[in-house]
Amino acid sequence: MEITALFLSRLQFAFTVSFHIIFPAFTVGLAAWLTVLNAMYLVTERHIYRRLSDFWLKIFAIAFGLGVVTGIVMAFQFGTNWSELSMRTGPIQGPLLGYESFTAFALEASFFGVMMFGRNRVPAWVYLFACAMVTLGTSLSSFWIMVNNSWMQWPVGYEIDANGIFIATDWSAIIFSPVVWVRFPHMILAAYVTTSFCIAATGAWYLIDKRLQAEGISMMRMGLGLAAILVPIQIFFGHLTGEYVHDKQPAKFAAIEGRWENEQPASEVVIAWPDEATESNSYAITIPYLGSLIGSMSFTSEEVGLKSFPKDLRPPVVIPFFAFRIMVGCGLIMLALAWYGSWIIYKRRLSGQRLLLWAVFFSFPLGFIATLTGWFTAEVGRQPWTVYGLLRTEHAVTPSLTVGQVAISFALFAVIYSIISVAGVIYVYRLLRIGPAEATESIGDGANFKRPLAMTGGSPGTPPSPAE
Amino acid sequence: MVEFWTAALGLTLLLYILLDGFDLGVGILFGFVRDAKHKKQMLNSIAPVWDGNETWLILTASILFGAFPVVYALLLSAFYLPMILMLGALIFRGVAFEFREKSVTKKWLWDAGFTTGSIVATFVQGAAVGAMVVGIPNAAGRYSGTPLGWLTPFSILCGIGLCLGYALLGATWLVKKTEGDLRDAAYRQIVKLLIGVIAFVVIAFFFSLAMELPVMTRWIERPGLVVFPVLGVFGCFLIFRGCSNKFDALPFIGAVTLFISAFATLAASFYPYIIPFSITLNDAAAPRSSLSFLFWGAGIFVFPLTLIYTMVVYWLFKGKAVEEEGYD
Ligand code: HDD
Ligand code: HEM
Ligand code: HEM
Repeated sequence: MEITALFLSRLQFAFTVSFHIIFPAFTVGLAAWLTVLNAMYLVTERHIYRRLSDFWLKIFAIAFGLGVVTGIVMAFQFGTNWSELSMRTGPIQGPLLGYESFTAFALEASFFGVMMFGRNRVPAWVYLFACAMVTLGTSLSSFWIMVNNSWMQWPVGYEIDANGIFIATDWSAIIFSPVVWVRFPHMILAAYVTTSFCIAATGAWYLIDKRLQAEGISMMRMGLGLAAILVPIQIFFGHLTGEYVHDKQPAKFAAIEGRWENEQPASEVVIAWPDEATESNSYAITIPYLGSLIGSMSFTSEEVGLKSFPKDLRPPVVIPFFAFRIMVGCGLIMLALAWYGSWIIYKRRLSGQRLLLWAVFFSFPLGFIATLTGWFTAEVGRQPWTVYGLLRTEHAVTPSLTVGQVAISFALFAVIYSIISVAGVIYVYRLLRIGPAEATESIGDGANFKRPLAMTGGSPGTPPSPAE
Repeated sequence: MVEFWTAALGLTLLLYILLDGFDLGVGILFGFVRDAKHKKQMLNSIAPVWDGNETWLILTASILFGAFPVVYALLLSAFYLPMILMLGALIFRGVAFEFREKSVTKKWLWDAGFTTGSIVATFVQGAAVGAMVVGIPNAAGRYSGTPLGWLTPFSILCGIGLCLGYALLGATWLVKKTEGDLRDAAYRQIVKLLIGVIAFVVIAFFFSLAMELPVMTRWIERPGLVVFPVLGVFGCFLIFRGCSNKFDALPFIGAVTLFISAFATLAASFYPYIIPFSITLNDAAAPRSSLSFLFWGAGIFVFPLTLIYTMVVYWLFKGKAVEEEGYD
C-alpha cells in the first residue's frame, strides 16, 4: 500500500486507541471492585476486604495513570489527524465528548486524588463515596464514548447544511439510539469481565504458589463468581450487537460472516481463509442453514453477500472475519472456565485442582484480547466510512497533514508507548508478586489525623480464617 | 449562548493555566534539585491535585470541540507537531509520579522525564500563544501554513517566557505548601524568577513594537486595556511583600494575580476574535442546537458542580503537604 498521511494516520489512530482501551478495560471494572471491597469492609468490618482493597488500589493507580495519559492523546487526535471530521461533525461529536469531559473526567480526576491520598484524611464513608464517584466517572466516560462512537456507526438525529457541516436536530434520538443501548452494555460488561478474570487469575497464582491462601480463594471466588453471571449476559448482548450490525451495516455483517454471494437459505462459515482477490473463501468449513438462523432467526431468509456491494464500498474482510471469531472464542472459553470454576469452588473441591488453577491463571489476557478484537471488528468493519454512509475516511483526514509529520508523531508514540508499557508491566508484575499485605499496616506515629477505622476488623497477627 | 461559552472557555483556560501552571512549574524546578528528600516533598505538594489540574486542559479542548469546532480543528492541525510533542511530554510527566516510586534502578529516568516533560509542555504552550499573536494563516477555516509555520523567533521567546512564568508560579506554590530548607530555597528562586519574567515582558513588548504586530494597534485603539498591566504590577508588589515578610501564602496570590493580568490583557486584545485576527467568536461558534444542548446540562449544572468539588478537593488537602501521604 502506498504510504500516505491518511494511511499513517489510520495506523497511528488504531495503535494509540488500541493501546488506550487496554487500560479502561481494566480500570472501569477495577474501580467498581474497589468500591465493592470498601463497602463490604464498612459493613462487615472484616479486615481481609481492607487488605484486598489496599492491594488492588496500588495496581489501579498504575493502570489509571496509564489510562489517563493515553486518553489525553485520543482527545487531541481528533483535531490533529482528523480535523476535517472534527470540523464537519464537531457540532455533534464535540458536545458528546464535552459531556464526557464534564461529567466523567472531572469527576474521576478529582476523586482519584482522594482515593489515593485521602485514606487518612477523610472518614471511611467519604472514602467509600470517593471510590463510588470514580466508578461513576469511569462508567459515564464509557457511556459518552459509546454514544459518540455509535453515532459514527449509525448516524441519527442530524442534518447536513450547505457547507457540509453536520447539525444536530434531535439529541434524544442520538443519546437514546438503540445502537447505543446494546453497545454500551456490551462494552461495560467487557470491562467487568476482563477485570473479573484478572482478579481470579491473580488468586489462582497465589494458590499455585501455595501462599496467601485466604486472599487467593477470596479473589478466585469473587472473580469467577462474577464472571459466571456476567459472561452469559455479555454473550447475550453480543448477540444483540450482532443484530444491529445485521440490520444497519450489512456490508460489515457480510465481512464478519465471510459471505461473498447472496444466499438463501444462508450457511454459516465457521472458519475459512477469506481471499479478497478471488472474492471467495479457501479452506472453508460451513454449516448449512445456520447463517440464516443467526442473521434473521429463520431457516429460509436471504442473507446479503459482499459481492452485492461495489468494491469501493466494501470493508476489508480478513480483519473483521478473524477478529470476530477470536472475540467469540474468548467469550466461550471464559464461559466454560467461569462456570466450571465456580462450581468447583462452590463444592469446596478446589484443593488438588492444579489444572484448573493453571487454566484460570493463564486466562487473564482473554478479556483484553476479546475487547481489542471486538473493537477491531467494529472499527475495521465500518470502513471505508468514518461516519457510516456519509463521510468517508479519506475525507475525514486533516488536509494539510504531510507524511513527514505523521511519520514523526507515529514514531514518537511508538517509542514512548513502548517505554511506558514495559515499565508498567514490570511494576504491576512486581506488585502482584508481592501480593496483599499479610497483616494490618502499622499505624505510623506522628500522623495525627483521624483514622477511625484503621484498627477495627481483624487485628494484626490473627491469621485470616480459611473459610473466607 | 455564544457569550456563555466564550466566558466558560475563558474561565476554563485560565483555571488550566493557573492550576497546571503551578504543577508544571514545580516540575521545571524539580530538575534543579539534588536532594532526594526535597524531591519527594515537591512531588507530595502536587501529588493529590495534578491529575485534576490537567483535566482542565481536556475541558478546554472539549469546550473548543463542542462549542467552537472550527477552532479546535484549525488549531490542532496548525500546531500538529508541537501538540504531539506536548502530548508526549505530558505522558512522561504523568507516569513519572507513579513510576519513580516503583522503580528500583530507573528512578533517574522518570525524574528526567518529569522535568523534561514539564519543560517541553510549558514551552509548547507558550510558543503556541506566541504563534497565535503573530497570526495563523488559514483559508475557509482550514490551516494553510507549513508544518513548521508556528516556529518563529517570537514564539520561541514566548515559550521561554512561559517556562519562567510557570516556574515562578511553582516556586510560590512550594513556599505555600512546604517547610524547611526547601521553602527557603523557593523564596530565593522567586526573586530571580520574577526578575526573569519582568525581563521577558519588556523584551516581548519591544519585539512586538519592532515587528509591528497587529496586537499593538489594538492597544492603541483601546487605551482602557491599561488596567490589566496595572493589575500585573500589583501582583508583583504582592510577591515582593510576601517574600520580604515571609507570608507563605502571599507570593502565590501575587503570582496568580500576575497571570490573571497577563491572560486578561491577551484575551481583551483579541476579543472579539478567537483566532486573531481572522476568525471571530461568532464565526466559529457551533450551531445553536449544539450550544444549547451543552448549556442545559454541562453548562449550568455540571460546570458549577465541577468548580465546587475542585474546591472541596483543594480544601481536603489544604495546609502544608504531609510527608506520609505521598506516593509509596
Ligand atoms: C470503555 C470505555 C472507553 C473508551 C472506548 C475510550 N475511553 Fe478514554 N477513558 C476511559 C474510558 C474509555 C476511562 C475509564 O474513563 C479512562 C481510563 C482510565 C482513566 O483514567 O479514565 C479514560 C481516560 C481518558 C482520558 C483522560 C481523562 C482524565 O484525565 O481523567 C481521555 C482524554 C480519554 N479517555 C479520551 C478518549 C477518547 C477520545 C476515546 C476514543 C477514541 C477514548 N477515550 C476511548
Ligand atoms: C477504544 C476502543 C477502540 C478501538 C480498539 C478502536 C480501533 C480502531 C481501529 C483498529 C481503527 C482503524 C480502522 C482502519 O482504519 O481500518 C480505528 C479508526 C477510527 N476510530 Fe476507532 N477504535 C476504538 C474506539 C473509537 C471511538 C470510541 C471512536 C470515536 C469516538 C473512534 C473513532 C475512530 C476514528 C475517527 C478512526 C479513524 C478513521 C477511520 O479509520 O475510520 N474509535 N479505530
Ligand atoms: C460470544 C459472544 C459475542 C458476540 C456474539 C459478540 C458480538 C459482537 C459484535 C457483532 C460486535 C461488533 C459491533 C459493531 O460492529 O459495532 C462486537 C463488538 C465488541 N465486543 Fe463482542 N461479542 C461477543 C463476546 C464478547 C466478549 C466476551 C467481549 C469482552 C469481554 C466482547 C467485547 C466486545 C467489544 C469491546 C466490542 C467493541 C465495542 C462495540 O462495538 O460494541 N465481546 N461484539
